[in-house]
Amino acid sequence: MFITLGISVLIITLISMVLALLMVIADATVGNYGEVHIDINGKKNLTVRGGQPLLKALNNEGVFIPSACGGRGSCGLCKVGVIEGGGNYLPTELPWISEEEKKNNIRLSCQFKVKNDVKIEIPEELFSVRQFETKVESIVELTHDIKQVTLKLIDPPTIDCTAGQFIQFQVPEYELTDEAVYRAYSMASIPSDNTHVELEIRLVPNGICTTYVHQHLKEGDDVTINGPYGDFFLRDTERPMICIAGGSGMAPLKSILLDMSEKKSTRKARYFFGARSKRDLFLLDEMREIEKAMPSFTFTPALSEPLEEDKWDGEVGLITDVVRRLTEDASEAEAYLCGSPGMIDACIKVLRELGMPDEHIYYDKFA
Amino acid sequence: MNEIISPFTIFFAAAFTSNILLTNYLGMCSFLSVSKEIETSAGLGIAVTFVLAITTALNWVVYHLILVPFQLEYLRFIVFIIVIAAFVQLIEMVIERYSEGLYFALGIFLPLITVNCAILGVSLFMVIRDYTFLQSFFFGIGSGLGWFIAIMAMAGIRRKLKTAKVPLGLEGPGIALIIAGFMAMAFMGFSGMLPIS
Repeated sequence: MFITLGISVLIITLISMVLALLMVIADATVGNYGEVHIDINGKKNLTVRGGQPLLKALNNEGVFIPSACGGRGSCGLCKVGVIEGGGNYLPTELPWISEEEKKNNIRLSCQFKVKNDVKIEIPEELFSVRQFETKVESIVELTHDIKQVTLKLIDPPTIDCTAGQFIQFQVPEYELTDEAVYRAYSMASIPSDNTHVELEIRLVPNGICTTYVHQHLKEGDDVTINGPYGDFFLRDTERPMICIAGGSGMAPLKSILLDMSEKKSTRKARYFFGARSKRDLFLLDEMREIEKAMPSFTFTPALSEPLEEDKWDGEVGLITDVVRRLTEDASEAEAYLCGSPGMIDACIKVLRELGMPDEHIYYDKFA
Repeated sequence: MNEIISPFTIFFAAAFTSNILLTNYLGMCSFLSVSKEIETSAGLGIAVTFVLAITTALNWVVYHLILVPFQLEYLRFIVFIIVIAAFVQLIEMVIERYSEGLYFALGIFLPLITVNCAILGVSLFMVIRDYTFLQSFFFGIGSGLGWFIAIMAMAGIRRKLKTAKVPLGLEGPGIALIIAGFMAMAFMGFSGMLPIS
């Protein structure tokens, strides 16, 4: 009895060992591409182990490419320009690459494997992207469906960002997702406080991340984020500013305005904030504070459907109508918009009618 | 009795009359998920045929030269799985290194195949039906070809399906399963022509 049992264990171990040995040998010979070099933007040179996906190789070296699916080739976000040493496209990349991108040698970095020296091109800003381990310091309910989450950075302890940029929030595995996913949120915090990141997250029914934040996240929880990303930041001009936001679109503009107020800016700025009724308005006191600290700034909240009990004596109407009514000439101004795609498209239309050239309109669309 | 069935009979029987996918319903997961495009279906079909031919022969050797002498037949499930997984992994590495063209055509499908139940199923049938080495090899190729035919037919139908009006709740895998059922019924017409089991 014991002998047969022993033999069976022995045999299966032997078979596994032989196969494992074969794999090891193959890995060291066939699968060994030696060390390869990745040249990034002609500025940085990395030496990595060959044969691994570009996305992973870069991640290991601390260069983070935004990716929502974690490298499975299902989100199409991790595009990188491979100028030299790219070779042919893989079938798994093709669904995500347009003809135009093909001409520019844009590759999907989670699928493309580095087997020889390559030259790649990534947006300059990605160099400063890092992954941060953080702890939830506080969660405050701003309105019935928007929560303000303040994260204390642990490792690394500080972030270097520009007001208006966003980070990616990692949602761990829980009942709505069986793998970690990333969602982008704008930072609402002032960049000079580089040890904290503040987010304003609005509950979207069945949203993977928003449900997690609203129903599971507690103070003291660990959160992993990476960033900063994005080119939605204040342009260094003297043009008067028209800021328009709705809902959690408040976040990046709050950051920009706090930053301006701290720097004692004298630039003329008007901030239109659209909400349905009074219960959707938030941070009014903070905005009034900024108004006091920065005389050139005006905050104009507007309600589209004020309720009887709101006793609202401010602006009423769709935010686009309010902007049109209160702005005479926008041809010399610059616009910063943040909100849903529908709101932004409507605002761009109005601003164009008011004479604003397209190149002076900056926006952050929530998809 | 088995000695009488020629490997070629088994080959044709496995491909048509006892199609692994349509009579045994094995290998459904990749069949359903990949059959949306004809090109990818062809790639996967060829990869399955290739892996089936080799692993069935390989498993025959392992089974008859190692497991049977030591009376460890009951370990065949786990041993077959290990052999298939290791083999597929090795092949993928070799192809990736030495043949870019082949890697682009087959390589990306190989990881999918490791967990394709048709592969394990064929190895197990080979044991149950007590095939010889040559019979097993042809049974493997035949089954692979049968799987290839089935997925190509499905991909062709699904291409037409894109323009068809499908009831809301049945879109995607739902209607594909129903179609697979019809195809299975159609293939039943072959049964009895070449019995192999």
